[in-house]
Amino acid sequence: MKLGFSPAEEAFRTEAADWLNAQMSGPFKDIRGITTLTEKAERRKEWEQHLGAHGWGCIGWPKAWGGRDATIAQQVIFAEEYARAGVPGRVNHIGIELAGPTILTFGTEEQKARFLPGIAKGETIFCQGFSEPSAGSDLASVRTKGRLENGEWVVNGQKIWTSLAHISDWIFVVTRTEEGSKGPKGLSFLMMDMAQPGIEIRPIQQINGDAEFNETFFTDARCAEDSIIGAPGDGWKIAMGLLAFERGVSTLGQQMAFRNELDEIILAAKRNGSAADPLIRQRIAKAEIGLRLMRYGALRMLSNRDHSRIDGAALTYKIQWASWRRNLGELAMDVLGQAGEITGGDTYRWGTLPNLFLYSRADTIYGGTNQIQRNLIAERGLGLPREPRGDA
Amino acid sequence: MDFAFTDEQMMIAETARAFFAENATSERTRRAMAANGIDRELWRGFCQDLGFAGIGIAEEFGGAGLGMVEFACIAEAAGAQVAAFPLLGLATAARGIAVGGTDAQREKWLPRILSGEAIAANAGKWHVERQGNYLSGSFDFTPHGNIADVFIVSATGGSWLIERDAAGLKIETPVTMDQTRPLASLHMDKVLGEPIADHLGAVQAMHAGGWICLAAEALGGAQACLDRTVAYAQERVQFGRPIGSFQAYKHRLADMMVEIEQARSAVYWAACTVDEGSDEAPLALHAAKSFCADAFFKCAGDMIQLHGGIGFTWEHDAHLYFKRARSIQTLRAPGNWHREEIAKIILGDAA
Repeated sequence: MKLGFSPAEEAFRTEAADWLNAQMSGPFKDIRGITTLTEKAERRKEWEQHLGAHGWGCIGWPKAWGGRDATIAQQVIFAEEYARAGVPGRVNHIGIELAGPTILTFGTEEQKARFLPGIAKGETIFCQGFSEPSAGSDLASVRTKGRLENGEWVVNGQKIWTSLAHISDWIFVVTRTEEGSKGPKGLSFLMMDMAQPGIEIRPIQQINGDAEFNETFFTDARCAEDSIIGAPGDGWKIAMGLLAFERGVSTLGQQMAFRNELDEIILAAKRNGSAADPLIRQRIAKAEIGLRLMRYGALRMLSNRDHSRIDGAALTYKIQWASWRRNLGELAMDVLGQAGEITGGDTYRWGTLPNLFLYSRADTIYGGTNQIQRNLIAERGLGLPREPRGDA
Repeated sequence: MDFAFTDEQMMIAETARAFFAENATSERTRRAMAANGIDRELWRGFCQDLGFAGIGIAEEFGGAGLGMVEFACIAEAAGAQVAAFPLLGLATAARGIAVGGTDAQREKWLPRILSGEAIAANAGKWHVERQGNYLSGSFDFTPHGNIADVFIVSATGGSWLIERDAAGLKIETPVTMDQTRPLASLHMDKVLGEPIADHLGAVQAMHAGGWICLAAEALGGAQACLDRTVAYAQERVQFGRPIGSFQAYKHRLADMMVEIEQARSAVYWAACTVDEGSDEAPLALHAAKSFCADAFFKCAGDMIQLHGGIGFTWEHDAHLYFKRARSIQTLRAPGNWHREEIAKIILGDAA
């Protein structure tokens, strides 16, 4: 057990930091410090391509597919330096962290050659089509239908909460391809081009005024027969495998964004004097502890080589960070006081901290609500009896 | 960077788990509780058969070498069984002598302490006056002070070694809520202390060792509370269903696991920072001590609640965990103090 980094790893850190800082003070100065996923979308896409062109787009991927075969330690370092340099979040995080690894694991060689270079170069932005109006926590009850017709999949139905659909080039969709099937059976995993008349997007305005999420409608939308990942009926297995990728290195990049948020709260507390309030000091210390424990939980998860047992750190990670961040939002507002309740401008747009307060209410819902997480922890982690199901 | 146990560390942890599960049984622990808070047989086995007492103490001083990660593995296993023995004294007083003691103190005491022949304790809260090396007043809440043979005590500007039979020393042991670790008061009337050569070094080593020991014990205890409650949830049937199938119940168990996983990260993060001499050590130690103590207390409280009436009985072990958790919360400074230390690191002193 060792936490320190080797001299070679520290040299990698310097290389990554130097490059990132040069970009953020040079050609991409204008996007430095952005904390939402929606602002300056076109420039953010250019940034994705810039990362790809310089080999920093998906360093953990195999070299053959545009990655660097980076070690876990290098990926940790890159994630840390990325956020430290004030680089905004990746608008193609779904492509890099979910679509790519899914194709690498379950895709054919032909599919890898078709999709991976575009993702690695930052040219193909992906979004995720899982949830539906009637399939939220009960994800397996999706109704969107897919049928084979003249060598094409034809898809009809509706997805919801599609993050960044409006700037995406492709979407992966879980569809019901077996007529009359129920639950996790009869589902398939399809890759679809967004640029077609059969796909329509409507933004959903959120409580923070922003619109990162969308409704996505499929009306005889089409994709080639070989755009299916795995076999027909494998959709659930693949979707679940993909959710496991979500707990990888990406969490470290996310944590560094949290680091920046907490630092902003600390700065605000020092400025307005609340840093002297003993209760605020306790809460800031708790937030600091929670953030550190998230980091070491993630490192534990990444260093784990024993895959024969359920990894407790991985299983509890979602509820841990989501609850932590919701508390952070409340702490931010208590530090700001009423100044946090008015904007400086004349539109309903919020600075980082009030936006954190509002946005973090989504954290405990998307990707499995805290209640669903507790069920998963209890059933998979602790082996408790399953919740009786209405349709059983 | 590799935040996973080595094979050797896993072996130490496994050996410790097996040892405490077999020896620190409820029956034996309760016998110790009814007497003076130590299972002498357990202590002898730990020091002599396993030779684990020297873990975390340098080989040049007769220790077994290794570091706080290995020590934490052992403390975690001991905590899981609420073992009644003076482990905390090894983490504190013995380390204080090893790091800060004079050569004569090390030579005289370390072999005896590590073989289990002598018990060392680090005194708690002090209200003393000193004239040179003469101390008068009292040191309260000294863990296992009732049975210790040698004490390391600290006050402003110095640390001293004091033997149990020192002239002017009177030891009083009040009834302690956690009977597995009695808290004694050392009353001193012009007791002559033997100065520890490196006072600050000793204090730092005792803090680091003590906080890691308590945090790791808390982790092991919390995990045991969860494991035992999960087992109960599966066997106890009400309304025709195992109670563990009710969400109100299973969600509480899930919350325990969320806390425990963080506590695990905290303990081994803190232990690594000490072993690696990292700048993060102060923050990690305060984080581990405060977080793990609170996590344990929550789990132990939930264990009682989720067991219903049986959890409130003397017969059930839940209260052993609950009382140990409470004592860990306050031993070597309460959570609010540790969090304020963290606040000082990140915010500076309060105005």
